[in-house]
Parts: sequence; structure tokens; C-alpha cells
Amino acid sequence: MRGRALREGSFRGFLYLSLAVGLVALGALLVQVVGDGFSFLDGVLFSNPPSANPDRAGARPAILATIWLLGLVLVFAVPVGVATAVYLEEFANKDRWHNRMLELNIQNLAGVPSIVYGILGLAFLVRGIGLGRVLLAGALILTLLVLPTVIIASREALRAVPGSIRQGGLALGATPWQVTFRSVVPAALPGIATGSILALSRAIGETAPLILVGALTYVAFDPTPLGAFTALPVQIFQWIGRPQEDFRLLAAAAIIVLLGILLTMNAAAILVRNKYQRKW
Amino acid sequence: MASHDATAGARPAHRRLGAVRPRRGEAAGKAVLALCAFLSILTTIGIVVALLEPALEFFTEISPVEFYGGTDWAPLFEPARFGVLPLIVGTLKITVIACLVCVPFGLGAAIYMAEYARPAIRSVLKPALEILAGIPTVVFGYFALTLVTPLLRDIGIHVDVFNALSAGIVVGVMLIPTVASVSEDAMQAVPAGLRQGAFGLGATKFQVSTRVIVPAAISGIIASFVLAISRAVGETMIVAIGAGLLPTMTLDPRLQTETMTAFIAAIGIGDVPTGSVEYKTIFAVGLTLFLITLALNLFAIRMVRRFREVYE
Repeated sequence: MRGRALREGSFRGFLYLSLAVGLVALGALLVQVVGDGFSFLDGVLFSNPPSANPDRAGARPAILATIWLLGLVLVFAVPVGVATAVYLEEFANKDRWHNRMLELNIQNLAGVPSIVYGILGLAFLVRGIGLGRVLLAGALILTLLVLPTVIIASREALRAVPGSIRQGGLALGATPWQVTFRSVVPAALPGIATGSILALSRAIGETAPLILVGALTYVAFDPTPLGAFTALPVQIFQWIGRPQEDFRLLAAAAIIVLLGILLTMNAAAILVRNKYQRKW
Repeated sequence: MASHDATAGARPAHRRLGAVRPRRGEAAGKAVLALCAFLSILTTIGIVVALLEPALEFFTEISPVEFYGGTDWAPLFEPARFGVLPLIVGTLKITVIACLVCVPFGLGAAIYMAEYARPAIRSVLKPALEILAGIPTVVFGYFALTLVTPLLRDIGIHVDVFNALSAGIVVGVMLIPTVASVSEDAMQAVPAGLRQGAFGLGATKFQVSTRVIVPAAISGIIASFVLAISRAVGETMIVAIGAGLLPTMTLDPRLQTETMTAFIAAIGIGDVPTGSVEYKTIFAVGLTLFLITLALNLFAIRMVRRFREVYE
């Protein structure tokens, strides 16, 4: 019996270790970043453009571009993603081959490496249709990148709405369209919002696809949708690559800003989930 | 509304029972929804065309035998050499190291959350792992370069400033939540009856977890591993920052290396003229990368469907 208890105990130990690896890494990362970046986290970071002098270098254009990207991806990705999810869950006949293929296609797109989306953007948007290395090209490519995530999350939210809601509406003489948009979608809205916020937070942390559409560049002015741009993660990447120690610390300060934005979005998502999500 | 008049009032005996007829504009609305769904097909077609066309042009200049058989990668040098194997070896090194981290620890975390954790603890752990999953990769790259590499040197492993080992470890840490959450879903889907039956026969928690739950959820667990491999292969920023940009044909994880993704990013940074062979290399490498991840993803999707079919 003692061998059994020993096995039981050491297995439990392994499980605790497994959790600790992830959590300790997360803690160490946060401590390291805050420790490094705190001294450069000041007004200069928010008000100045990048500069060769680390004491005067800021990330204002990058921060503004990230806010632009967030807004544009929200406007592009969420309506299209939700519409696709509604089509697949409420209207599409799941036994038809083309709808099954559509589903498989979306699941696969969710797993395509982000840099491949960057190649798509470079080939079609920047060079193909001649949009150039502009913020809009970055926003469009991030939209395509997060669309599968928005669709999958919205579908799960729609699927969680019980069938009785639909049947009740239909029995009262509503058309399937009316049932979908007046009963089912409103009921699924908290889940859709949570999933969309998380997808957007993934979009603004992306670096690789933006590099390929030309975001790694010097921008001294406030960005516009059809102008050159650099985003916050790209700015961080650029500063990490500089040999001077001060730029590394500046990168850490910019990371604090980026993580601040992301944690706020995550908290908002959790808040929406806890406050509005209904258990059926 | 002629159709309405025909069914209303006069002859109730002939009234059709069934779904209500669609209102005006609803067919058009449905078409708009379908069009949105079609955009995802268009994306896939776009990716395939964007990669295939320049890649095929590339292969008319550089033979596939030279590309996939060559061990010397120097596309920007004179004379240029296009053997992609060093990039594939680099990608493989990162992937193997990452899996050594994320497979055991991700599975361990999943077993703990599915079988051991009390609900209160679970409700704290799950968001914490979600935060870890939401950290941008560029931040993980910073972590590899400024914390993990110095740490490895401190414990006596002589690594380069840029090295495959620390980048691989950090990619593995990043993937722990992926493995944990997909595996946990699969374990949660195992019917409670199997658990209760095993406990009723006197099995311990360790025995139930390893001999009942894990085998019953195995297709989902394998899917989580395959998804993690696919994401490790496609990871760009951590390796570009942490592992360097020097293609080497070595298996030593302490040395600088270059992966397929890091090469694409490096070329993307420079302003390489459109149409040149150098420009086309990113499409040939990108196509290779896409096909590898496509095969892995399709396999993982099939495995996930299998456990859904069995238990849900």
C-alpha cells in the first residue's frame, strides 16, 4: 500500500509542477518587464515620436496606430464574423457538402500561421492592388487573421442558446429570420461580445503580419488610414533589436503599455461574461 | 400580398400548416450572410494563389531538388545558394524543444484542472492560463532574450546570445495553455460514469486519471499536441528575437539558428525588389510552411471531431 501512496503523491507533485511552470513564467515575465521598463514609462513615451536618442524617443505614432488598428478591425471583423456565424448556425443546411467544407475551411484558417497572412497581405494588398504599405492594409490583414476566431466564438455563443427559444418564436408565427435576429442573436450577444473582445486583443498583439506589410518603418507623425504606419508591437520589436541598453528598457516600457491595453480588454471580456452571460 | 389573401379568412379548412413565409427582404438578407461566409473561402483561395504563383516561378529558376535537398542557405549572397534544409532543421529544433516543454506540462495542467482542482481553484487558474495565452509573441521574445538566455548561462549552459534552446523553451511555455485547454475539454467530455465506475472498484485518483480518463480522451489529447506542433512550426516573433537569423545545419540547441518563419520576417523587413529571385524565396518557403501546418491542422481537426462524436 505504501508504493501506491508514493505514486499518488509524486503524480500530484508532477501536476503542481506543471501548473507552476506556466504560472511562474507568467509572473517572472511580468516582474522582469515592469522592473526594466518602469524608468522609461513617462509622458515622453506617450507624446514623442521615435528618436535616435532613447531619452527623447516615444511611441506616440505607434500607440495611435494600434488604436486605429483596433477600431478598424472591430468595424471590419465583427460584423462579417457574426454574419458568418449566424449563417452557419441558423440558416446553413449542415448536411450539404459545401457548408461542411466551409466549416472545415474556417477551422483550418484559424490554424494558419500569422506570417502566412502577412505574405497574403504583401502579395495582394501592398503589391497586388497597389494599396502600398499603409495602415489600412495592416487593418485588413489583421481582420482576415482574427475572422476565424470571431466566427468560432460567435458560433459557440449561438449554439448555447437553447432550441426552445427558436421553437417558441416559430410557434408564434415569426419567420426564421425574425427569430434569429430578435430572439437568438440578442440572447447570444454577451458570448459574442466576449469572444470578439478576446479576438481583437489577439489582433493588436500581432507583429509578424504587420512587418510583412511594411510596418517596420520610421514614422514621426500621427498615423492616418492611408498613410505609412508602425504599430506598438512592431515598435517594441524594433527597439529590442537596437544594441543600446536604454532602447531595451524603452522596449520594456512599451511592453507595459501594450500589456496594459490587453489586460484592460481581457478584464472587459471577463466582466461582460460574468455580468450578462445567462445560464440556460 | 396576394399569397396572404389566398390563405386567410375565406376557407380555413385549406389553410396550410407549416413554416411562415419569409417577409420581404429576408432572402436578400440571407444572401448577404452567405456572402460573408464566402469571404473565408476567398481568403483560403487568396492564400493559395498568393503563395503558389510566385513559388512556381521560383521553382522554374531553382529546381525543387536543389531547394529541398540543399544544405546551404544563402539566398542574399553571391553566389546565392538555395538549400532550405538548414531552415527546416532550425524549425524542427525549435518545435522539438517546445514540445518537450508544452506536452508534459500542458497535459499535467489539464489533468489537474479536469480531475483534481476544486471549482474555486479552477476559477482562478483558468483565467491565469488565459492571460498567459494572450501575451503577445513579441513580449515572449523579449522574455527569451532578456531573462531565459541569461538564466541558462547562470546555470552553466553555454548558449549564444541568440540560441535555439531559450527560444524553444519560451515557445513551449507559450503553448502550455493551448495543450491544457484542448486536452481539458476532451477530459471534461468523458462521461462521469466511467470515473464513478473506476472509483467504485477502488481505484485511486492517479489510477483513474492515467488509466481511465487519459485513454478515454486520447484523441482530443493527441489533437492538442498536434495543434501545439503546428503553432510551434508557425511561430515567428519569439524565434526571430530569441533564436537569431543565422541558418546553421546543426542540431546543437545552444547555437544561433534560423527558422523558416524568421527568414520570411527578415526578408519582409528589407525592401527586396518585387520579381527578384530573393523576393520569390519567401513564397517558396511560405508555401512549404503552409503545407506543413495545413497537414497538421487537418489531422488535429479530425481527432477533435472523433472525441466529439464519441461523447457528445
